[in-house]
Amino acid sequence: MADTHAETVLFVRDTMLPQQEPPLSTVGPVGWARTNLFSGWLNTIITIVALLFVINLIAHLLPWFISGTWNATSLNDCREMMAAVGNEQGGACWGVIRERWPQLMFGFYPAELYWRPVLVLVLLFVALAPILFADRTPTRMLGFTAVFPFLGAWLLWGGTIWNPITALLGFVVGYVVFSLVSKVVNAGVSLFVAVVASVIWWTTLAGYVVLGLSAIAPLAIASVQSREFGGFLLSITIGVTAIMFSLPIGILLALGRRSHLPLVKALCVGFIEFIRGVPLITLLFVASTLLNIFLPPGTNFDIILRVMIMTTLFASAYMAEVVRGGLAALGKGQYEGADSLGLDYWQAQRLIIMPQALKISIPGIVSTFIGVFKDTTLVSIISMFDPLGLANAIRADASWNGIYWELFIFIGAIFFIFCFSMSRYSMYLERKLQTGHR
Amino acid sequence: MTDTAFDTTPAIDPAALKVSDEVAIEISNMNKWYGSFHVLRDIDLTVHRGERIVIAGPSGSGKSTMIRCINRLEEHQSGKIIVDGTELTSDLKNIDKIRSEVGMCFQHFNLFPHLTILENCTLAPIWVRKTPKKEAVETAMHFLEKVKIPDQANKYPGQLSGGQQQRVAIARSLCMKPRIMLFDEPTSALDPEMIKEVLDTMIELAQEGMTMICVTHEMGFARQVANRVIFMDQGQIVEQNEPEEFFNNPRSERTKLFLSQILGH
Repeated sequence: MADTHAETVLFVRDTMLPQQEPPLSTVGPVGWARTNLFSGWLNTIITIVALLFVINLIAHLLPWFISGTWNATSLNDCREMMAAVGNEQGGACWGVIRERWPQLMFGFYPAELYWRPVLVLVLLFVALAPILFADRTPTRMLGFTAVFPFLGAWLLWGGTIWNPITALLGFVVGYVVFSLVSKVVNAGVSLFVAVVASVIWWTTLAGYVVLGLSAIAPLAIASVQSREFGGFLLSITIGVTAIMFSLPIGILLALGRRSHLPLVKALCVGFIEFIRGVPLITLLFVASTLLNIFLPPGTNFDIILRVMIMTTLFASAYMAEVVRGGLAALGKGQYEGADSLGLDYWQAQRLIIMPQALKISIPGIVSTFIGVFKDTTLVSIISMFDPLGLANAIRADASWNGIYWELFIFIGAIFFIFCFSMSRYSMYLERKLQTGHR
Repeated sequence: MTDTAFDTTPAIDPAALKVSDEVAIEISNMNKWYGSFHVLRDIDLTVHRGERIVIAGPSGSGKSTMIRCINRLEEHQSGKIIVDGTELTSDLKNIDKIRSEVGMCFQHFNLFPHLTILENCTLAPIWVRKTPKKEAVETAMHFLEKVKIPDQANKYPGQLSGGQQQRVAIARSLCMKPRIMLFDEPTSALDPEMIKEVLDTMIELAQEGMTMICVTHEMGFARQVANRVIFMDQGQIVEQNEPEEFFNNPRSERTKLFLSQILGH
């Protein structure tokens, strides 16, 4: 060997080769189509057949969708309009959406007060901005985000302005109690005492304070009853609340489940497993009927509030498991890195563990959000008028009796817009948080 | 394993490596079990301020576990560990205090991948020491310059090479101005070309009089920097001696076998 190849074996490169452009046929749209659509005769046939199928499908469906019956006021009206233009195949009757639009959006909310839910929706986006786009909005806006739940609830339900203010004061009470008590005992016990103090404030004292303050300064707007809520207003109200609160509660439950304190751990495991083991429908029935039996007679515990609490608890249990998955994916090294620098438990969780665990769990978290939002349609079963409940009600009306597709397509489309936006946002967030391999 | 990493490193000036009489760490009669397995048996060790101790031994001999007990990443079940005059008990305040005084570097660096290099270095000073941000950034840049990577400050750990990451990890510990540094196999996960840059940083640290305990297989480093080499096997300290004596004239059979195996090629 060595003898025959003596001259070729020794090789020293004296100039390094520069990078070259790839061949044109492998990049760009042409390259893409080649590799993905026409990479062989079988694939070419499949591509053409699939294309023909899609074209055919659109050709059949499109006329139905653009039937031009936007102004119809009843199903019969609709049929007459189509017959008049010689449309014999039949078409969609979108008039129902136009005519029932306010109802689908607001339910039975008083028409002269529609501006309030609309304003709340706009404010919702303002409040979400500093959370969703933290790097592009001033931190000061978070102050508004904190106030928004109270402001939003007040605008939706109306009544005296002292209600949201005293509710907010509950947190102030909790904070003051915490800072006083924590000087004497440790953080865990003082947190417990603070929560108890806040609950006492909300359940007993706040009522008298509201009465007193309203007597002094009766600042109120027209109040709206919960049973007047409906349509997407109801879905979004319940959905947004459940989404907003389920994440923090879920995080706490996930941490609790990994806690070394047996009592905390047992409580969290018990809660998560119980809630996950029960269908949401059952919880909603409990909220709508059973809860009244257990509560002292005469207490008026708002039905939407009850449903919100149940949906939030339900979502939290799922969220806890999603977050736990993210926590489990983090190496022990991150905990040790944080510990070795002297960070305490909460600092380590907040600064090191959670940012990474939540990032890993983004797809799961957003799936849960989307699931919860769609689950809000289940409230139609306990006779609340969410969009699906309203669809049934509309079909029960003589003028629209027999209409199916248009309503469900419309409701589906609106849900799709919301859910798809959440999904796209989560992808944006994942890309943004990408900081190289771990 | 190899001495080659040191061929170009300047010799250390021995005068710079004074060891004071002050005790930095005192471990007495320390025992630890994993379940029913007795990992650390009757460990007695006194470390004076300014000492550079290298701990060697086969894998599973408890060397990492021992230094991890010093900042309570592992809990010992009996015996005493006193660090800087504070005894390690289950008192969380003491533990956090000791951890902020004792720096640690890990085999896998354990940098925080979601934070930039600079944020990695300023995090603990800001949150634990309550240093103003501006001052923390200055300190961080000072130490990043010292480990020779100030230009990487705004990158993320994932964008750096292993050797650079380990030097960041050292800088991150130094930003807390620790009085003791623990190294848990700092070069074991590195490519051969990167080992030297990390060891150079550690040598520089030793020259400044830092108290160091270092679990490592870099025997060249031990020879050059350590003032004491400790050999562990089966959870006990088998032999300790000055490096020259330790390498040239090992007393115990186990040490001889170990040295012949790691220096044999």
